[in-house]
Amino acid sequence: MKKTITLMGAIVAVGMFATAASAATLDDVKARGNLSCGVSTGLPGFSAPDDKNNWAGLDVDTCRAVAAAVLGDANKVKFVPLTAKERWTALQSGEIDMLSRNSTWTHSRDLTLGANFTGVNYYDGQGFMVSSKLGVKSAKELDGATFCIQAGTTTELNLSDFAREHGFKYTVVTVDTSDQSVQAFEAGRCDSLTSDQSQLYGLRSKMSNPASAVVLPDVISKEPLGPVVRKGDEQWFAIVKWVLYAQVNAEEMGITSKNAKEMRGSDNPAIKRVLGSDGTFGASMGLTEDWAYNAITQVGNYGEMFERNVGMNTPLQIARGLNDLWSRGGLQYAPPIR
Amino acid sequence: MAEVEKNILKPSKPSPWNDPAVRSMVFQAVALIAVVYFFYIIFQNTLHNMETRGITTGFAFLDKSAGFGILMSLIEYDESHTYGRTFLVGLLNTLLVTFLGVILATSVGFIIGVARLSSNWIISRLAAVYIETLRNIPLLLQIFFWYFAVLQVLPGPRNSLEWQETFFLSNRGFYAPAPVFEEGSGVVVGAFILAIVLIIAIARWAHKRQEATGQQFHTVYVSLGILIGLPTIVFFLSGMPIGIEYPELKGFNFKGGTNIIPELMALLWALSFYTAAFIAEIVRAGILAVSHGQTEAAHALGLRNSPTLKLVVIPQALRVIIPPLTSQYLNLAKNSSLATAIGYPDLVAVFMGTTLNQTGQAVEIVAMTMAVYLAISLTISAFMNWYNKSKALVER
Ligand SMILES: N[C@@H](CCC(=O)N[C@@H](CS)C(=O)NCC(=O)O)C(=O)O
Repeated sequence: MKKTITLMGAIVAVGMFATAASAATLDDVKARGNLSCGVSTGLPGFSAPDDKNNWAGLDVDTCRAVAAAVLGDANKVKFVPLTAKERWTALQSGEIDMLSRNSTWTHSRDLTLGANFTGVNYYDGQGFMVSSKLGVKSAKELDGATFCIQAGTTTELNLSDFAREHGFKYTVVTVDTSDQSVQAFEAGRCDSLTSDQSQLYGLRSKMSNPASAVVLPDVISKEPLGPVVRKGDEQWFAIVKWVLYAQVNAEEMGITSKNAKEMRGSDNPAIKRVLGSDGTFGASMGLTEDWAYNAITQVGNYGEMFERNVGMNTPLQIARGLNDLWSRGGLQYAPPIR
Repeated sequence: MAEVEKNILKPSKPSPWNDPAVRSMVFQAVALIAVVYFFYIIFQNTLHNMETRGITTGFAFLDKSAGFGILMSLIEYDESHTYGRTFLVGLLNTLLVTFLGVILATSVGFIIGVARLSSNWIISRLAAVYIETLRNIPLLLQIFFWYFAVLQVLPGPRNSLEWQETFFLSNRGFYAPAPVFEEGSGVVVGAFILAIVLIIAIARWAHKRQEATGQQFHTVYVSLGILIGLPTIVFFLSGMPIGIEYPELKGFNFKGGTNIIPELMALLWALSFYTAAFIAEIVRAGILAVSHGQTEAAHALGLRNSPTLKLVVIPQALRVIIPPLTSQYLNLAKNSSLATAIGYPDLVAVFMGTTLNQTGQAVEIVAMTMAVYLAISLTISAFMNWYNKSKALVER
């Protein structure tokens, strides 16, 4: 019932205060002194509270980088945990300034929700986790199985596409949060938990006995995950988009959180433009010239952000793969800052 | 004569703006127009704002194919059906749990309520403990209790608890044999319907006869006999056209038979046992409201305890019981939306959850969902009001 009330509130808000909220988000954020960022309710590696109860993860760092660029302080973020179901209304109603919640960029979401995806901070694909006891080696053996999924996700849609394509019969147990689906999976309510593959590793690390489950090699969909903003605010859209681009450009140029300070004095004009010692790139977005510098020194370049949260030295142990720079065979590619 | 007198007594008609009747009409019309206009403005404003923000509006989405699966459906459904269909699927699942819940809650509630008044100390204490425990624990916790603590700890399908290899209980739910209607089974179904019609007719006849002559008739036994006997005879005569399909463990789970999913069981039990605690108190209050003199009078006439309760006390108690009972039914219907907490695919979970999210059309979908709950509640109210009237004191 509480959710219904929130939702109704959101709708009333869309109805009545829409014009107010769709005005300059940047001014709102500056006036408020913090960035309100929608994240998941708890997905290790992407957005989850760490042992000191601070939000951590790739999606969390994406928010922090924007806060650093806009407010000069990566800690000035208010994280709003949202289930998959709640995220779009929260964004539409202005409850959050941006959504950074492992959300897949799709055509219909881009065009019918009043939302704009600003880029891709993680290239993912849907995978399957099964209990190792089952002895299943491939997703093609899952005919007749029961799957745990989350309501309001692309996962629901991909699964039925996959089943139809292979003539599978299947049953779904649809719940609201990933905690619930992990719980149902561990209790044996379903044979397989399916979700974006990277998230499966995160969810597995939440289980009481992670070794009892295996992630199958199959990937059945494209899930480009990225930050989302409301439609109708070009300036804010540009800011969220270019902060991520700046982080990718920084990695490409070898700028890190450690060396950014000295690199500022570099003779390389491209580096100088990123770090704000040359040009007026910040001003054209309504920011100070050290916008990217702040994001990089306080949060890091894209690679640092990746390695810290989901990389090989984290419990998730994910290789860069698709998320490597284009120059190393991956898909991460940012337009130049010039 | 009378005609003339009336005309004389009638005051002269005041001008319209001084006529209180006309005035109040005008004021009401103005108020109504203002209210309608207010909502119209909100509606227009919402539409306009959504349009400028690029949010799709309208009901066209109901015809688009949904593309997602649903755990349980009373009608045929798969991902190629439309979003409109998901509305129906969710609605029927809500109605199912509400309907079963009302029946179960009422039965349990009446039993506990009567037990609470029992002269047997243990029985009345046990009933009191039931009431105090269940109505003081939040419903959501009770749903979680049934779902996580009772049903999810059951073994998996391969180690199901079974009975005679026909009934199976596992953490995937309860599996039982299902009837398979083959060709010619229509006669049996027909016989069953005929049996019901016969029973109603007999009950009416018996009632009339008793009113006229005071003679009683064993309606219950005769009815049971007809209900079971008639279809059974027809079944054998027509060559046993109804088969039985047993659930069978195949691959990951059971196939065939009927299945009651654990989500439905947990929700149904929690809703019913919780509501039953309130109903029990209502029943107790109703019975206590019938003055003790009635019981004494019945006893004096030689009626034993159970007919006294059945024929004298309960019919009078019902008048006190029905109105608050209606509120409990309404609560049960609305509380069924807690289904999303455990993933039972009711209207809120399916339509306001998944469908809303896949289409993004929050305003339309929330409005439709609210309209449905309103309609369900009004229907329950209307039915109970009718029932209340039929039970109200008829003065002779
Ligand atoms: N990328 C997909 C799936 C996103 C999603 O919600 N995934 C689940 C993984 S099971 C999740 O993040 N849950 C976290 C939560 O419940 O807050 C989408 O955008 O629809």
